[in-house]
This record gives sequence, C-alpha cells and structure tokens, in this order.
Amino acid sequence: MSDTEKLTAALIEAVAKTVFDHVAELTDLDQAIGDGDHGANMKRGFQEVLDKSAELSGMALPDALKAAGMALVMKVGGASGPLYGTLLMGLGKELAGKELDGDAVTGAFGAAIQAVMARGKSKAGQKTMLDVLVPVHESMAAGNRDLAAIRQLSSDAALATVPMLATKGRASFLGERSIGHMDPGARSSSLIIQAVCDVLQKGQ
Amino acid sequence: MRMSDVTCVGIVIVSHSPEVARGTADMVRQMAGEEVPVAWCGGDPDGGLGSNVEAILAAIEQAWSEKGVAILVDLGGAETNSEMAIEMLPADKAGKVVICNAPIVEGAVMAAAEASGGASLQEVKQTAEEYLAA
Repeated sequence: MSDTEKLTAALIEAVAKTVFDHVAELTDLDQAIGDGDHGANMKRGFQEVLDKSAELSGMALPDALKAAGMALVMKVGGASGPLYGTLLMGLGKELAGKELDGDAVTGAFGAAIQAVMARGKSKAGQKTMLDVLVPVHESMAAGNRDLAAIRQLSSDAALATVPMLATKGRASFLGERSIGHMDPGARSSSLIIQAVCDVLQKGQ
Repeated sequence: MRMSDVTCVGIVIVSHSPEVARGTADMVRQMAGEEVPVAWCGGDPDGGLGSNVEAILAAIEQAWSEKGVAILVDLGGAETNSEMAIEMLPADKAGKVVICNAPIVEGAVMAAAEASGGASLQEVKQTAEEYLAA
C-alpha cells in the first residue's frame, strides 16, 4: 500500500468507527428534537463507505471523496445523505488536481460548505451541522493549522448548538422546545472532524 | 393502461412512508384516471421511514412524460433527496422535473387533476402550489 492508500483507508476506518461508536448517542439526540433516525442513517451510510474502503483507497483522494459522497447520497436515506454527500463530493471536486496541503484543504472545505448551504438552503446560526463546519472553516481560513485546536473547536461548536433555537429542518417544528438539546447533525459533524484530526495527527 | 403516446405531465409522490406514498397515489388515480402517469416511493434503503435517491430516480423514470414530471414531497429529507435525484438525471431530463411546494396529498391530487387536462409542467406546479394560497 502506498502512503496515500494508507491515509485514505485510515480516514475511512476512523470516521466509520466514530460513527458506529456513537450511533446510540446520535439516535438519542435526534429523538429529542428530530425524527430519531440520524444514528441509523449515518451508520448505514458509513457502513457502505467502509465496505468500499479497498476500492476507494485505490483512488486518488479527491476521487475517493467523491465516491464516498455518492455512497452516502445513495445509502443514508435522510436529508443527511445529500448534505454529507454534497460536502464530500464538494471536497473531492475542489481538491482534484491540487497539491494536498493545508491551504488547498481549507479552500476546498470552504467551497464544499457553500455547496452544503445551497443544498440545505441554510446558513450558520440555525442549529445545524453548519454551526460546526462554518466556525471550523473560519478558524482554518484564519491560518489555524493546529489539529488539536481544530479538534477541540469542533467539539465546542457542537456544544454551542445546545442553547440555539432551531430554524431549519425538523427540529424547527419544535420551536422553542428545540432549545436545550445539542443538534445531532452538529454532533456528527464534530465527531467526523475529530476522527479526521486524529488520523492526521498520527501521521505527523 | 398507460397510453403509448403519453401527453400528460407525470406525477411522482415521495414520502418518508411507503404507506403514505401508496395511499396518495391511489387518491391521485381515483381523481385523474389512468392517463396521468403516476409513480410513488417511500422509505429509506432498508425499508424504514425515510427517503431513497435510487427509488426516487426509478419513480421519475416510471412516471416519465415528455411534458415533464412534477414531484410532491412530504418532509425535508424527501425534498433534499428529490433535489439530489433531479441533479443526477441527464441534463435533458433534469430540466423537465420540478418539485412542487405543496402539501403532498392535496398537492398531488390537484397537480394530477390539472395534468389530466393536458396542462404544461409549469401549470401543473402552479396549480399544486395554489392550494397553499387558497
């Protein structure tokens, strides 16, 4: 296995593992303010990605991201499929043909987040996954390359959705009763970012 | 039976629940008869409540009409997955598929009634969406 193949395989394994380890928590969070399917949906989606790990690891990273995104779109079965799928496909599209350094990843992450916003017709501040993705990207765009700090920031950002009022997605049906619960999409986003940071830190 | 020379806009019903989707399609057929192509899908890829891009693509294919296809959805994930499915269609077909911003049952019945008179895709969408304004 080449280093790139090892990295892709390690990323897939780590992200799938954290999703699998937190299925019950994601389900509980989603039962509180949504329809309760986020844990099962993410598990189904990332099981599909994990099943394709050998195939994906043989691709260039941008192509692997696109293929993983498409697997999520086809398998998740809820809005998070197209949302996470759009994020990964956006990353893959933007990174294609580029040197994979911090600046390229930061730029691609920003463009992919824009695509997620368009797909979900949403923006930061509505108690969604964007409330993790956007502050993490802003910090990276400001020059933060400290993986431990980015890891912590993603976790803090997910926690910061607890007092927010949901104005997007099914949680918005609850109005003020959405306050006091962490957003499940923010939590899954922070879990994925933390797993990615862990893998990259080990490689340093 | 579907005529070989379909001239009506097709209707696709996408619910989180297969029962809701199937029941809505029954109501549409009762109202609009057999000349309006109708297809439905509901449930996630494992058969639980949710939506499934692959099933949506198959339903669009099943209800396909050269005049276009109007999709009725229930909640957020059904809409987002339907938008995704439309983007995955070949470009010449994607431009002929729209999602109606209307209640799934009432919108589907009104859209199909309009479609059965030979209306254009835009007219069908508008009629379904007028239910909210009425």
